[in-house]
Amino acid sequence: MINVVESLKNFVNGTQLIESKNETEIKDSTVVKKHHETSFTERVTALIEKGESKAARSAYTVVAVIMAIIIIGCLIYTVSFLPHFGGADNPANSSEVVRAYIENGIHDTGATNFVAGMILNYRAFDTLGESSVLFIAATAVIILLFRHKTKEEEKAESVEEEFYEDKHDVILRHGALILVPVTLMFGLYVLFNGHLSPGGGFSGGTIMGAALILYNLAFGDKSTKKFFNYNINKVVKIIALGFYALSQAYAFYVGANHLPSIISNGVAGTILSSGLILPLNVCVGFEVACTMFGFYSLFDREEI
Amino acid sequence: MLSGLISNFYETASIIVFGIGFVTLLLNRNIIKKIIGFNFMDTAIYLFLASKGYITGRIAPIVSERLGDANVVAYQAGTAVPNINNYVNPVPAGLVLTGIVVSVSFTAFFLALAVRLYRAYNTLDLHKIISIMNKEENEE
Repeated sequence: MINVVESLKNFVNGTQLIESKNETEIKDSTVVKKHHETSFTERVTALIEKGESKAARSAYTVVAVIMAIIIIGCLIYTVSFLPHFGGADNPANSSEVVRAYIENGIHDTGATNFVAGMILNYRAFDTLGESSVLFIAATAVIILLFRHKTKEEEKAESVEEEFYEDKHDVILRHGALILVPVTLMFGLYVLFNGHLSPGGGFSGGTIMGAALILYNLAFGDKSTKKFFNYNINKVVKIIALGFYALSQAYAFYVGANHLPSIISNGVAGTILSSGLILPLNVCVGFEVACTMFGFYSLFDREEI
Repeated sequence: MLSGLISNFYETASIIVFGIGFVTLLLNRNIIKKIIGFNFMDTAIYLFLASKGYITGRIAPIVSERLGDANVVAYQAGTAVPNINNYVNPVPAGLVLTGIVVSVSFTAFFLALAVRLYRAYNTLDLHKIISIMNKEENEE
C-alpha cells in the first residue's frame, strides 16, 4: 500500500514537472526563427502542420455532423417500421420467454416479483457480473483518486473544517436528523421486500447511500468516520460480493449435479421466502450503498 | 412513415435524445460535456427498452391482489398459472437494470479519469490536451 502511495506521489510530482516544462517551452516557441534561418523542409512541415490541424478540425466537424445525421436518420426510419406502441402481440411481448417467466416464475423461484425472480434466480450469474462491474469501478476510482494525507494536511483540513462547518445551521441539522433515519429505514424496506414489491438490491442500496451522503453533508466528516470509514467500507463490500459468489457457486453445484438443495423456497408472498433471492438482495444492496457513498466521498475529498 | 413515428412516439423521442447525446459527444471539446453526452445516450436506450416492453392496460409484473390474481399458493404448487394478460413484459426491466448499473460505473470511472487529466494538464479541453501531449512527444 505504501509503495502505491509513493508511486502516486511520484506521479503527481512528475505531472507538475511536466507542467512547468510546458510553460518554459511555450515561452521558447514564441521566439520564432527568422525566415532565412529555416530550411526549406522545415518551412514546408510547419506550413503543413499549421494548415493540417485547422483543416483536420473543420473536416472532423463536417464528417461528425454528416455521420450523426446519417445514423439518426437511419434510426428514425427504422423506428417508423416498429410495431405499434403498447401492442400485446408485438414480437417482443408475445415471445415464449415472457410467457415462461410469468407462468413458471413463482413455481420456480418463489418470488412474487417476476423481475426479482428473473434477475436474481434465472439470471443471477449476470447480476453477479453487474455487482463485479460496480466493485471494479469503485476500485478503479479509489486507485485514481484516493490520497493518503500527511498529518499536517489532516491538521490543516480539520482546522478548516472547524472554521467552515455550519455548526449553527439548525435547519439542515434538524432536517437531516429527521430525514436520515426515515430514508435509511425506507432503503432497508425496499431492500428486504425486493422479492415481494417493486425495488430490490440496487434501488434500496442507492436509497441507503443517499441517506449516508445526507448524514455526511449535515454532520461533517468526523462524525461519519466514527461508524463508517475506509476499512468498514472495504470489509462490507468484500463480504457482500464474496457471499454472493459463494452462494452462486453452491447453486451451480447443486443445480448441475441434480442434488436436492438445502435452501427451500418457502411460502411465496411472505417475507422469508424465495430461497436465495432475499440474501442476495441484501448483499447487492450493501455493496451498492457502500459504492455510492464511496464515489461521493472520493470525488468530494479524495478519501473515504 | 409519419404515422409510424407518431404511433411510436416514445421510441421517436428516445431516438431524438440519443441524437442529442451523440452530437454532444462528437462536437463538444470539453470532456465533462462528452460524459454528459454519453449519459444522454444511455438514458435514451433505457427509454427505448422500457417503451418496447410496455403493453397498454397492463400492470407491472408483480402478482397483485388488485386484479384478483393473487392465488400465490396455487401458483407455487404449480396447480395454477398467473394470467399472462395482466402483466407487462418483465424482460426489458431486467435489461434496463443492468444498463443503469454499468452506466453508473463507467460514469464514475470517466469522471475520475477527467479529474486526473485536469490535474495533469490544467484544462478539460481535449484539443489543448492533445496539443500539449504532442509537444511532450516531440520533446522526447
